[in-house]
Amino acid sequence: MSAFEPVLTANIHKDNSHTLKVYEAGGGYRALRKAVKTMAPKEVVDMVRASNLRGRGGAGFPTGLKWTFLPEGHPGPIYLCVNADESEPGTFVNRIQMEFDPHQVLEGTILSAFATRAAAAYIYIRYEYPQCHKRMQQAIDEAYEAGYLGKSVLGSDFRLDVTIHRGAAAYVCGEETGLIESIEGKRAWPRIKPPFPAVEGLFRKPTVVNNVETLANVVHIVDRGVDWFKSIGVPADPNNPRDPGSYGPKLFGVSGHVNRPGCYELPLGVSARELIDEHAGGVWKDRKAKAVIPGGLSTGVMTEPELDTAMDFSALQSVGCLGLGTGCMMVVDETYPMIELLHNSCRFFSHESCGQCTPCREGTHWAVEIIERIKAGRGRLKDLDLLMEISQSMGIIPGTTICGLADGAAWPIKTTIVKFRDELEELIKQTNPVGYAVTDPVDALEDEAHRNWPVLGTTRPYAASTAN
Amino acid sequence: MSTVIIDEHEIEIPEGKRLNVIEAAQLAGIEIPRYCWHPGLSVAGSCRMCLVEVGTRDAKTGQINMMPKLVPACNTPATDGTVIVTQSEKVQRARAMVEERLLVRHPIDCPICDKAGECLLQDYHFQYGEKERRADLRPFTSRRRDIGDVTLFVDRCVMCSRCVRFAREISGTSELMVINRGSHEEIDVVPGYPLSNKLSGNVVDLCPVGALGDKDFLYQQRVWFLARRPGICTGCATGCSIWIDENQDRIYRLKPRENLHVNKWWICNDGRYGYPHVHDPRRLAGPKRREGGRAVDVDWSALPGELTEKLRGAGRLAAVVSPHLTVEEAYLLCKLMRELDPKAVLALGPVPTVGQHETFPGGFTISAEKCPNRRGVEEILKHFTNGVTGFEQFLGQLEEGEIRCAWVSGGYRNDWIDEDTAAKFHRLDLLVVQDLFPSPLSERATYELPAAAFAERDGSYVNRGDRLQSAPWAIRPPAGVRVEGSLLWELLDLEGLYDARAVLDEMSLEMAYFQAAADDLPEVGIDLKVNLLAGAGSGAESA
Repeated sequence: MSAFEPVLTANIHKDNSHTLKVYEAGGGYRALRKAVKTMAPKEVVDMVRASNLRGRGGAGFPTGLKWTFLPEGHPGPIYLCVNADESEPGTFVNRIQMEFDPHQVLEGTILSAFATRAAAAYIYIRYEYPQCHKRMQQAIDEAYEAGYLGKSVLGSDFRLDVTIHRGAAAYVCGEETGLIESIEGKRAWPRIKPPFPAVEGLFRKPTVVNNVETLANVVHIVDRGVDWFKSIGVPADPNNPRDPGSYGPKLFGVSGHVNRPGCYELPLGVSARELIDEHAGGVWKDRKAKAVIPGGLSTGVMTEPELDTAMDFSALQSVGCLGLGTGCMMVVDETYPMIELLHNSCRFFSHESCGQCTPCREGTHWAVEIIERIKAGRGRLKDLDLLMEISQSMGIIPGTTICGLADGAAWPIKTTIVKFRDELEELIKQTNPVGYAVTDPVDALEDEAHRNWPVLGTTRPYAASTAN
Repeated sequence: MSTVIIDEHEIEIPEGKRLNVIEAAQLAGIEIPRYCWHPGLSVAGSCRMCLVEVGTRDAKTGQINMMPKLVPACNTPATDGTVIVTQSEKVQRARAMVEERLLVRHPIDCPICDKAGECLLQDYHFQYGEKERRADLRPFTSRRRDIGDVTLFVDRCVMCSRCVRFAREISGTSELMVINRGSHEEIDVVPGYPLSNKLSGNVVDLCPVGALGDKDFLYQQRVWFLARRPGICTGCATGCSIWIDENQDRIYRLKPRENLHVNKWWICNDGRYGYPHVHDPRRLAGPKRREGGRAVDVDWSALPGELTEKLRGAGRLAAVVSPHLTVEEAYLLCKLMRELDPKAVLALGPVPTVGQHETFPGGFTISAEKCPNRRGVEEILKHFTNGVTGFEQFLGQLEEGEIRCAWVSGGYRNDWIDEDTAAKFHRLDLLVVQDLFPSPLSERATYELPAAAFAERDGSYVNRGDRLQSAPWAIRPPAGVRVEGSLLWELLDLEGLYDARAVLDEMSLEMAYFQAAADDLPEVGIDLKVNLLAGAGSGAESA
């Protein structure tokens, strides 16, 4: 393979990389010009389809295929939503793109709107990224002035308006229908599917929701061609006609116990070990990695021996992870207690669960209760089986929940307990030597330590009813 | 015709009907458990209790392909070739799982919760739940919150969001909302904007658990002591179908009965809470005769003979037929008067009207007319008198002096006649007043007869949409009260006990308007107009 040249992060080290001037000087908006002036929207869709570009937001769904779900001949308006909510724990690469190369993101947005015939695009930026908001808005303003947006993009009859919508600190707004509900000004409860957003989405019109990094890739596919894109990454498995492959560059974030945490643009397929050792400077303090979360917390954990797995859309499933996810890795070293990772993970998902459907709302809460009891020295071996079952009920049996947040909550539990069971059992036996083998439910009335547990949700011991 | 396979049944879905899997299963007699789906509300699909396995059967090859995922039955259409499996192990485990999750944080309130006995959480636990609890036990009781017309036991809520959707879609008032996120979610209202609309009581029916409670009914009665009887609300001319829940002849609550033609699943608060008057101690207690200004109790056994004698010799008779009477009673009263005096004046009692018809976004309408049977009584009057004499007109006729004796039927819940109007009856030699409560008129009556309340009567009403609905009596009247129909039956010298059905049979033969009532009546009543317009039978004249 020839030496890989970054394209997504090519500009970020330039001075004032976020300005239109610098972007254009580096060849920016060339792709948009090419598309608007010489191509039909359908041709752009075909290019993206042929490239087998897969969504970078976590699900890895083929982007071109998603675009074809839009109904033909619909009177519209069709909407494009850019998912810049980036709340997956460990993920920060979209932030870097928006802060240092917002025009690339914008060009990708406009190109994709052109392809999907969208009338308006909404960029949903998480509230916690104020600098991104500022820079993206600046880029949008510059683009309007330069004729890349507005009633007539580059003098053509393609018109597009782009609006930024700020979130308000909810992970569930990264779910595509949660995002749509949020833009509509409503509580971000993801919608039941069907109907799918391509048919009935934002304001009940056909809508496509794409990730920031995905759209940035569209620029380079149009600019450099499908063959170039497919020369990077991992080809489709010839024995599996349904495998779209893992083509293209990927922004890999690395954080945690490494010497050089950061964002590294590499072809898909690089191994986790190479990413950590050769790019991120290796595990810090001369320690070894204990557990590595490959692509955002939802993907679960890998162990050290599994680090030779390729970071692409298909290999990670073979080591029990949910998938590539966002490709943003978190590394913990050998001194880190896995119970803490489990606790942190379950607390996060319980806090972020939208609360609509029973298995997720109650399952995530129950998991936290159990883990907190284990940490308080009242755990039982049976708890690990119970936690496994809770994780199974949240999406591992498919169809039990409305959205994939529950899957995200389930995988860390499942992988941690399966791969680190010995450590967790040891912890339980050591911290609860008397009661670790008990199988009956714990009764608060009899358990002294139980009464002082931190209380979650609405449970309160002996809360008297306050009639008013 | 679409064929759907559910478990071992194959059922046909009629053309044009768009059913989801829950409704299709109901056709096959299979109940799929659910908390959040309701036929009158939008689909939420959030409780996940209705998860089933679905697949398709190829029309040509007959091969069945099941989907690997469980799907919510509430959001899955049942189309031709759909295969539904509700009893597989996967489905059973999913149901047990959802049930277990809901019980983890549910307060231990059954002994003090009104919903016990009609609670979906309880019912599904027994049918589908696990035998043993695995979650830690932290017994606690629910907080209570005043959100307006109803009371909320916050921690019992299972977040089905039925109440929120009702306020949004049916009453259109959107007072209820969900606050917080995830397991901290609660139902609440914006401070200063409580749940306060005329349909608010319906959220209590909708709530599958004991979270939303009726302030009236709270702690009044255990539901397993209540006998549930079908009835019809007599609060207005909409004529909602209801259930009367009574124990030992005392009404404890009214609930709407499903009737897709009239009220669907709803009832307004006036109707829902319109039963205290039935047990009001002020009700007229027994027949009385007034002579020389003194009221004397009369024996019921002696009364019919006395009345017949007095009425025969009284001269010109008149009857004020209340729109609260059933059609059978109205018919018998008119028939009696005309038998005694072929030129008897028959008039419609006052029709209480308050404001305008009020239609809610979900389609439910509260009528401005606050009586159940003006339509029916009018048609009966037309049959006997070829016109309808209104109450005002009748008062004019009283002035003329020809009428010597009047039988006034009341049955109104509120004060319906004032002193001045009552004074217009002063010329009469004989005044019979049959009413629920004492009034300026009953105080002038020669014979003061107690009337029955709506729940005590057998009979039918015709609502403003020309729908005739029948209901049997639900509770016995208090001692000393005899139902109007029974008294009129005896006065007419008819054999045996009062039989409302027999009266309706006679009416259906005598009057074209009531023709459609000749056959057995469905529980949802019958539209009298439809048969008339269709020209069923001979000599049918359009209403």
